[in-house]
Amino acid sequence: MTVTDSRVLGGRRTGATTLHLDDELDLRGRLVVVGNGMAGARFVEEVLERGGGEQFRITVFGDEPHGNYNRIMLSPVLAGESHEDEIVLNSHEWYADNGIDLRAGVPVERIDTAAKQVHAADGSVTGYDHLVLATGSYSFIPPMKGVRDDAGELLPGVYGFRTIDETRAMLDAVGRCRRAVVMGGGLLGLEAARALQGHGLHVELVHAAPYLMNMQLDPEAGAILKRSVESLGIAVHLDVFATEVIGGDRVRGVGLADGRQLDADLLVIAAGVRPSSDIAVRSGLEVERGIVVDDQLRTDDPDVYAIGECAQHRGSVYGLVAPAWEHAKVLADVLTGTDPDAEYHGSRTATKLKVAGVDVAVMGVNTPERDDDEFLVISEPKRGVHLSVVIRDDKLVGATLLGDTRKVAFLTQAFDRGAPLPEERIRLLVDLSDGVEEVGVAEMPADSQVCNCNGVSKGDICGAVADGCSSVGAVMDRTRAGKGCGSCKSLVKQIVEWAADGELTEDPSASWYVPGIPMAKPELMAAIRQQDLRSVSAVFAALAPGGQEDAKSKMGLTSLLRTIWGTEYVQENDAKFINDRVHGNIQRDGTFSVVPQMKGGVTTPAQLRRIAEVAEKYEVPMVKVTGGQRIDLLGVRKEDLPAMWDDLGMPSGYAYGKSFRTVKTCVGSDFCRFGLGDSTQLGIDLETRFQGIESPAKMKLAVVGCPRNCAEAYVKDVGVVAIGDGRWEVYVGGAAGATVRKGDLLATVDSPEEVITLAGRFMQYYRENANWLERTYDFVPRVGLQKIQQVLLEDSEGIVADLDEGMQRSIDAYTDPWGQDGKEPATPGQFRPSLPLVELPKVPVR
Amino acid sequence: MNTVTRLEHATEVDQPTTPGTETGTPATGVAVPGRAAPVRGEAYTVGRVDEVPIGEGRAFVAGGVQVAVFRLRDGSMHATQAACPHAGGPLADGQTDVDVLVCPLHLYAYRWSDGSSTSGAAPVRLYPVHQAGGEIVVEV
Repeated sequence: MTVTDSRVLGGRRTGATTLHLDDELDLRGRLVVVGNGMAGARFVEEVLERGGGEQFRITVFGDEPHGNYNRIMLSPVLAGESHEDEIVLNSHEWYADNGIDLRAGVPVERIDTAAKQVHAADGSVTGYDHLVLATGSYSFIPPMKGVRDDAGELLPGVYGFRTIDETRAMLDAVGRCRRAVVMGGGLLGLEAARALQGHGLHVELVHAAPYLMNMQLDPEAGAILKRSVESLGIAVHLDVFATEVIGGDRVRGVGLADGRQLDADLLVIAAGVRPSSDIAVRSGLEVERGIVVDDQLRTDDPDVYAIGECAQHRGSVYGLVAPAWEHAKVLADVLTGTDPDAEYHGSRTATKLKVAGVDVAVMGVNTPERDDDEFLVISEPKRGVHLSVVIRDDKLVGATLLGDTRKVAFLTQAFDRGAPLPEERIRLLVDLSDGVEEVGVAEMPADSQVCNCNGVSKGDICGAVADGCSSVGAVMDRTRAGKGCGSCKSLVKQIVEWAADGELTEDPSASWYVPGIPMAKPELMAAIRQQDLRSVSAVFAALAPGGQEDAKSKMGLTSLLRTIWGTEYVQENDAKFINDRVHGNIQRDGTFSVVPQMKGGVTTPAQLRRIAEVAEKYEVPMVKVTGGQRIDLLGVRKEDLPAMWDDLGMPSGYAYGKSFRTVKTCVGSDFCRFGLGDSTQLGIDLETRFQGIESPAKMKLAVVGCPRNCAEAYVKDVGVVAIGDGRWEVYVGGAAGATVRKGDLLATVDSPEEVITLAGRFMQYYRENANWLERTYDFVPRVGLQKIQQVLLEDSEGIVADLDEGMQRSIDAYTDPWGQDGKEPATPGQFRPSLPLVELPKVPVR
Repeated sequence: MNTVTRLEHATEVDQPTTPGTETGTPATGVAVPGRAAPVRGEAYTVGRVDEVPIGEGRAFVAGGVQVAVFRLRDGSMHATQAACPHAGGPLADGQTDVDVLVCPLHLYAYRWSDGSSTSGAAPVRLYPVHQAGGEIVVEV
């Protein structure tokens, strides 16, 4: 990397295209954001999340040419621990994809609030209906002799530490420099000092206050931190101003107020930040320390708002990211109308960080302020540990943890929510148990992601509990945690239990098959049979409380009724998920995927030719080989589906349903040198027999011709392995998705016919006994392999004949949905576009 | 910045002739050009009631605004914005009951009573809708 590195961070890939609305049709309000840092971009995200993309045409101005990056992460970038690409939060592409006009590298000069126009440095004039100033802060450069050259620029070798460009320049300089002075013993200065030391420089730190991190710590904690920093080999000079930069053409040293001179060929100034309010001043808005805003972040002009570090709210200016995010949320609520009365009442600041290798957590006040404040301090200078809490009226109003942050989770909770405190205050700071440390969910930082599918953090889960969700189910409904692949459910449960602190209510619906009908599956099936309920609306009318239908229960009930009644089930299209209504898998832009059946993963030149012709004819954006040995045509418009099926002339591969999907096979004994059985034919036979049968969750199968397992049969819902002498092993409950589990060996049988019979029996037993959306890899361990073997192999419950009959009923009911609905729509407008004004597909043809 | 592909909106002249994507005519009978701005509170006849199966939703265009019209099993009719506030999902493809509408993409749910979300998303916009002589009339 060189100092001339001008690569745009988070820039767009060459050749990327964007979809734009036609301006002439754009009837949305004009929302202009000045500032593309953490506050500005976060605000835009919050607006989009509230549907503001439909309400507003959004323009974002940024001084820097880059996308939005995480400024907090500049220290690890300087330290060489993170690559700059890792700190991008919103790339140029993200703005384009969301229809936002990003003017990166275009500084704004002034605002004409009367004409409601923004005048930028490139001469452009942009009108606005609402204007949001998110201009952030700038590095404060204290008045020092010689710090700037004649042109007013910082002398070569002197750097601020606020932008990626400054960080790049320092990274470029560390190879040429030997001695660094860092001005400022706050958080940023300490991080810069540690990072530069890591590059092999000799580092001295100059701090004007009597102790380090004086904004956050008390003097004792500051003194302990100083010892920790010095033990790292960083010299610390306290209570002294730097008054001069020595050098002339470039920095050669730093002069202190007490007459000492420190040699340096690199000087980092981290002496605090000041709100960037120039634009507001020039535009006639009220500015004190920052741009003055009210509880709705509004300036003294009713259409101009300010958020983040540039804003001054109730006299306070914040230099942390958390308040900026709170501002963003409140203002997005106000402007999108989500909550027009939303207000911001100030932030209780809490930070947890690792500074110069030392753990620090600070929240609220750090010293007692009233006579009756309780103040507890544990100080162990030798160990570099200093812990203190301030308690007022039995509530935690402040805590400082230095060198040992094990109790931070509990303290943060107590601070944020006013949780009750232990009588023995000492327990706030140390565990008085038998020395067993509290670990686990309590120690997880609030922002750590719990549910990767839906992007839910521990903080979101705790927030739902704080908002009154008192059961695991309620929290999952509110946050959608655990609603994706489900692999995080147990962690979600632990966090909910921890956050609710024993106040958890039992979730009665946990044992129900679907949320809208208070019955477990066996009871529900019995009632359906007994009362002869053949449609979903009949089930609701007879069994739901007050006969009330429930949208979220419809899909599970449809599956169950088809399993029970086969051809005699009364179809209701509104009871089906869209995938089952149009026999394709809905994609993120509202298009669908088309996966023709390809039994056992075997195809023919004629089939391939037809698929290719269809893909060209319908301009399919992507043709992809799936993991299930089929071909996926992605990005198909709903209205094109019937004609496409007709042109393909192939049955549905059911790549969208909670149903039997596909059977992967290896090349078996026809071609393989090692094949012990004709796995290819057996796979085709299995798929022919069980095609499309619905089930509580999707079923993926595989057959392999030998234990080399080329088609991954050991990790399928049902996996079949040839072991020679005409024998086959049948495994059940395997998985290789979000959960990886080797299937359990159900039985070893002597012929392909027996494989088909046993597989059918197992699948029917699963269909009748599994909960909705319960995959076999959960079902098999829950019921127990031994019990399944007794039922299926020894007929311990006398139901094998019923299972075979039930499966046969479903097989007899099979019709190819593509052939059926392709000829005659099931309902009027079954394949009509649902976003008539959106040009689909959004993904260009590859 | 690279060049961007600008896509034209569907209009009366270039949109596919799929039934149901007509722009709608004001209930007053005055024809509206395809690119006319939506008139707040203007009523548009968008299609026939029997184009929407009971329990399901279908999308229409009312004066340049795309709306999803649902007929519920209790006999009521509702209209909402066509795109989900969360990620632009096609709400007309969602599942519904008498209380909520669930978007098919990520299962965000919205109350018919006021458009608010039960699952933490921004609210949907609801439009007044009624039937007159077998036709659906939406006010946008």
